[in-house]
Amino acid sequence: MASLVSHPDEVKVVSKRFGQGATSLDRYLELDGYKAVQKALGMQPDAIINEVKNSGLRGRGGAGFNTGMKWSFVPKQSPKPKYVLCNGDESEPGTCKDRLILQHDPHTVIEGVTIAGLSVGAHVGYIYIRGEYRYLSEIMHKAIKDAYARGFLGKNIFGSGYDFDVYWHGGAGAYEVGEESALMESLEGKRGIPRIRPPFPAVIGLWGGPTIINNVETLASVPHIIMGGADWYAGLGPPKNGGTRLFCLSGHLNRPGVYELPLGYNLRKMIYDVAGGIPNGRKLKAVVPGGSSTPVLTATETDVGMDFDSLAKAGSMLGSGGVVILDDATCMVKFAQRIMKFYQHESCGWCIPCREGTDWLKKTLTRFHAGGGIKKDIDNIQYLAENMLGRTFCPLGDAAAMPTISIVKKFRKEFEDHLEGRPCPYKEMGVVQESTVMAD
Amino acid sequence: MKFSDQFESRFAEMLTHYPTKRSVLVPTLLFAQDEVGFLSDEVIHELAGRLDLTDLEVRNVISYYSMLTTKPRGKYNVQVCTNIACMLRGSDELFEHCKERLGIGHKGTTPDGLFSLEEVECIGACSWAPAAQVNYDFHENLTPEKMDKVLDEYKKKGTQ
Amino acid sequence: MYLIFMGDVTLTVDGKKVTAPAGTLLIEACKSAGIEVPSFCYYPNLSLQGACRMCLVKIEKMPKLQTACTTVISEGMIVTTDNDEVRQARKSMVELLLGNHPLDCPVCDAGGECELQDMTFSYGAAESKYIDAKNHKEEQQWSPVVYFDRPRCILCYRCVRVCGEGMDVWALGVQNRGVNSIIAPNQEDHLDCEECGMCIDICPVGALTSGAYRYKTRPWEMKHVGTTCTHCADGCKTTLGVRRCDTGMEIVRGDNRDKSGINGDFLCIKGRYAFDFAHHAERLTQPLIRKDGQLTPATWEEAFELIGKRFAEVREKHGGQAIGVVGSTRATNEEDYLLQKFARVVLGSNNIDHHRTADFPALAAALSGKPEMTASMRDVFNAPAMLLIGNNPTEQHPLLAWQIRNNVRLHRARLYVVNSQPIKLRRQAASSTQIPAGSEGKLAAFLAGDDSALDVLVGAGDSPAPDPSTSLSAGSRGCPSPHDWIALREKLRGEANLVIIFGSEICGNNIPSLVKFASAIPGAKVICLADYANSRGAADMGLYPDLLPGYHRVTDAGKFREEWGGVPEVRGLTLPEMVESAKAGDLKGFYVVGANPIGRFGVDPYAFSHSFVVVQDMFLTETAVMADVVLPAANAYEKSGTFTNTCGDLQLVKKAGEVTGSKSDFEMIVRIADAMGFDVRKLVPFGRTMHFDTGQSRGVQSGEADRHAVWLQAQGLEPKMSPFDPMAILDEIQRLVPGYDVSRINLLAGNDQHTTLAGSGPGALQNAELIVPAQDDLFSSGTLGRYSRTLNSVIENHHKEPAETDVAAD
Ligand SMILES: Cc1cc2nc3c(=O)[nH]c(=O)nc-3n(C[C@H](O)[C@H](O)[C@H](O)COP(=O)(O)O)c2cc1C
Ligand code: SF4
Ligand code: FES
Repeated sequence: MASLVSHPDEVKVVSKRFGQGATSLDRYLELDGYKAVQKALGMQPDAIINEVKNSGLRGRGGAGFNTGMKWSFVPKQSPKPKYVLCNGDESEPGTCKDRLILQHDPHTVIEGVTIAGLSVGAHVGYIYIRGEYRYLSEIMHKAIKDAYARGFLGKNIFGSGYDFDVYWHGGAGAYEVGEESALMESLEGKRGIPRIRPPFPAVIGLWGGPTIINNVETLASVPHIIMGGADWYAGLGPPKNGGTRLFCLSGHLNRPGVYELPLGYNLRKMIYDVAGGIPNGRKLKAVVPGGSSTPVLTATETDVGMDFDSLAKAGSMLGSGGVVILDDATCMVKFAQRIMKFYQHESCGWCIPCREGTDWLKKTLTRFHAGGGIKKDIDNIQYLAENMLGRTFCPLGDAAAMPTISIVKKFRKEFEDHLEGRPCPYKEMGVVQESTVMAD
Repeated sequence: MKFSDQFESRFAEMLTHYPTKRSVLVPTLLFAQDEVGFLSDEVIHELAGRLDLTDLEVRNVISYYSMLTTKPRGKYNVQVCTNIACMLRGSDELFEHCKERLGIGHKGTTPDGLFSLEEVECIGACSWAPAAQVNYDFHENLTPEKMDKVLDEYKKKGTQ
Repeated sequence: MYLIFMGDVTLTVDGKKVTAPAGTLLIEACKSAGIEVPSFCYYPNLSLQGACRMCLVKIEKMPKLQTACTTVISEGMIVTTDNDEVRQARKSMVELLLGNHPLDCPVCDAGGECELQDMTFSYGAAESKYIDAKNHKEEQQWSPVVYFDRPRCILCYRCVRVCGEGMDVWALGVQNRGVNSIIAPNQEDHLDCEECGMCIDICPVGALTSGAYRYKTRPWEMKHVGTTCTHCADGCKTTLGVRRCDTGMEIVRGDNRDKSGINGDFLCIKGRYAFDFAHHAERLTQPLIRKDGQLTPATWEEAFELIGKRFAEVREKHGGQAIGVVGSTRATNEEDYLLQKFARVVLGSNNIDHHRTADFPALAAALSGKPEMTASMRDVFNAPAMLLIGNNPTEQHPLLAWQIRNNVRLHRARLYVVNSQPIKLRRQAASSTQIPAGSEGKLAAFLAGDDSALDVLVGAGDSPAPDPSTSLSAGSRGCPSPHDWIALREKLRGEANLVIIFGSEICGNNIPSLVKFASAIPGAKVICLADYANSRGAADMGLYPDLLPGYHRVTDAGKFREEWGGVPEVRGLTLPEMVESAKAGDLKGFYVVGANPIGRFGVDPYAFSHSFVVVQDMFLTETAVMADVVLPAANAYEKSGTFTNTCGDLQLVKKAGEVTGSKSDFEMIVRIADAMGFDVRKLVPFGRTMHFDTGQSRGVQSGEADRHAVWLQAQGLEPKMSPFDPMAILDEIQRLVPGYDVSRINLLAGNDQHTTLAGSGPGALQNAELIVPAQDDLFSSGTLGRYSRTLNSVIENHHKEPAETDVAAD
């Protein structure tokens, strides 16, 4: 299950304890565990925040916001309790890294959450784990229990006089709940409908209190930054893109897997060196660089550094670190259809453009791929997606629109090839399942 | 309405984790479903009562989450991911294969009540695609042949 | 929404400088400058959604379009509400909505009144971009009065919010997600709720439709008349949609979408649907005269001639005190005023009474010299604190309950409840305290400073324990201690501008106590709750055997004597006394206008077998069946005049419906006077030659008053050329009844005018036993309710047997 891979180019920071039995607290301590929290307990909160800020750590959940900066938005004084919320809802198609962290190194996440709490004066942290990852919840359950037993959590942690509680919380199947404000709603026992922002969670979050929300990988990086220092971490990647990240390589590859590489690592190298290239003698057609929400890159656009800024320049995003490789036998229409089917299924339904837009796009793309397309559909798909972009209540609408726009723009010819009742020219892909509606 | 002792102790403990009662709702629903098999009217009413919610509020929440169901399903719920990473590695064929093998479609249940089948979205196994989950267990790098073996195992377990 | 006034902010919208208080939402700031930003999900006073994305506008320095409904204005903001980008955004939203929306506008109830239609028209999104099939969902009937056509729903969540936040009912929710999202009721596919229909009214499209109105007519085929509801004493404004039918004008719809009344857009089930009694098959449409023991149809001439002759005979032979008159709590002020004037001037008797549900005379007496101490219905929405004693407004005063709830929700007002029942409003209460039923009077005494009353209040141990979650002192189960009570009283004393609302549990001598308590609190005001639409008016207009209009004692008739020529000075008979008198054979005539004392008080019908009984009513009530003459009366929806709600808010009643064959009580009273040979000009000051001057009582210079009258004449508003014109009597009321000298022009413009309650000196303290609450609940409304098919179908649907006590009220 979820086997580990490795490659000489890897720089193991977050993954350094993978496969070493670190779920056992004793083993974790042998591997230098819980040192970072103790160090942080001796630091001023602002010093922790500055360290994280200067490390250039940017959110690994998708948006890539500077983590230390985000923490600094939490008001010093607050009449309501402050919280730390660790986002382990990992559901972005193409992404399977938080799963490995939670499976192999749960205590690091607890440490990260605790340090985040120290930096803003919170006394409670929640680790939200998607419902499908039940076995990870059990691992986390045990890890938390063990940490409490040693006094690493609870009252007076490490004898410091500081109280800090950590709880895990389980989801029940909803991509949208990964969105930070929907995540809070879900944790509060409600439907995962995002909240109006502003106010941002750092000011008004869980139960009205200021809340830090970070991805599992982000928080798992924090103890390493505290131990190794901001300069070391920042130096691993290009300017303003500190550190490494877990790239989830999937799709048409010889050696798919999750590899930890420094930010800025070249995408071509990643495909051909690290993951062993494309199988069956096929050629590269396209790459999804950061989870299904990010605009696709064509084969000619892959000579790019995998960091936030370089990818932005290339017209895409680093996103969640899910790198999906498509070979030249892949039908881009079918690919676009499958992506849209996902967003249609996962749209929370709150706002008009996302709810209706994803549904019409799915309907149109499904018919189109099945051979029922008309010429006007191509522009219409573009029109619909462009009219969703930037106008929805939360970024899920953008996430659905961006890949669609890029696929139509970059692979328009493939759409034209489907016209006039022609069957899909890429039959290898098999037939499209007729739009099974997955929600009741 | 009676739940297991384990459920009750977990429920009682979880209530202490949050400042509001209803915060326990989502995970609790899943635990209850694991026990009862589905979220029956009785379960809904019971939990609503415990958490000071109306039945309607609980139903609204249930219907939002794709893992929660108000209808009974098979003992083993086979969930085949067909999202992009799996699709590129043959999940559509895998799902077709499951349909044929089990003789049921998406969200169907076999007459013996042993298996249900579901096409699901990304389950976080992209680098080990194609993948499926049977209840909470992951099965990865699947082929139709491997899938058959997996199903055989469950069949054996379920009919013992 | 929750504004904290921190000064004003100036911004630029479409090149215009706009100034609004800090904290204002951009969409409201635009509206205040006359710039309409379209919206579906935004609705004033409900929580923000940002869901429909119709209100997207361009704000300088922001990369994306922003929703005006969730953006709070800030200094120097530069906003564009209408450029190509914005128009395209809105157009695409409408296109997306229309994609799955059934285009059945020609048969849709909302056709012509649909916000989606209007938006489509504005943004030219009529061309369909989709060739795939629309998603379909089945229509559902949620209750006898609520239907839900699911595909038409655009998910603006207004219904969910108004039901939950506004009504505190929470009967609606959203189920599923994504494109399968759907509004769902609380009982699988039907509703368990107050059936107020707010969800229907607030729906911008035709998704939620009314069982009463569905597929009946097109909006533009109706005439819309804004009038006052005839059911409870709260006085909601209701806009009735009427259309011509075989028997006159039929009312097909009630709503208040223009929010022009004291109720904003609120109406309860009765106001919204229970107009259907008007077209009940058993409605009387012909006068009936008893011949050979049988009530037999007759002509109006016959009827009036007979009544005139018999009443005149009694008056000549036995004197006016041999006739008893009972007035109505659902007739207009003008009719009630006219009726008591008829009794006093034409019959020469003070034998007049009505069904009392509150002790207004005691209140008027207690407020003597403090006329400003009554709160209006609007005050209830704005008061910083409220004290509710007794009553259950949710059931008996739906509008009042709405005002209280929304004041708490939107203004964080504090509500204190002290009563004997676990009423629903305790959910809004900052503190609620249980007392034994019947000890409300002791509470008044305690509040006024009588600590000996504490014994009874503290001994509340026998009554059910208060709800611990909301009880007076948090955490203390059981009953409040003397210490708690004193703390509560101190807290209340510290609440400036407290509004004290009390039910009929408080009457007689307890009222002065309560007023004493209130008088010590700066700005405190009171509301005394009565039960019928014009209960307060009936009291103010002097339907009392001992009190003239405005609570003047009959022994001290003052200006009434001057005006009317003579007023009998002996107090007349109360209703129970009339019954006794009839039994004794002394009461020879009995004249009942819009009341049902036989049914109501369980009076032995044979008590009146030796009296000549005349009844004016819509139906053959228990009282009407024993009458000698029954005159078919119009109801409040079929005539004009004014009502005074329980708070003292004076409002216009306008003619909307019409049933051929009925007459207004006003006309019938005048005709009877005429048939008795009385000069009706002395009863109704009509016609140009009358010496009235609307200005004088207001202390306005006569010249101005003339201009006022001239203006009214010029506008054709008040011709008063007919003896049946209630406006002529309104003139007299405004002149003679203290507190009614409100602005006529505002009244005519459809605005509520708060009257003051000023006794002209200590009034007679009335017998509290005469006060009999109507005991109506949300779904019952005395006689009217009995004849409302809608109310009955809802009662059946709620599996509630109509209780014995529900029937046979007025
Ligand atoms: C539709 C949607 C889904 C998201 N899902 C996830 C997720 O599964 N995990 C995650 O960490 N962040 C997810 N995010 C991003 C979060 O909103 C948020 O930005 C993130 O958790 C912040 O943590 P970071 O700063 O550490 O990245 C999602 C965002 C959107 C709009
Ligand atoms: S609250 Fe009273 S006045 Fe208002 S609609 Fe209902 S019955 Fe009529
Ligand atoms: S009115 Fe602003 S989003 Fe609906």
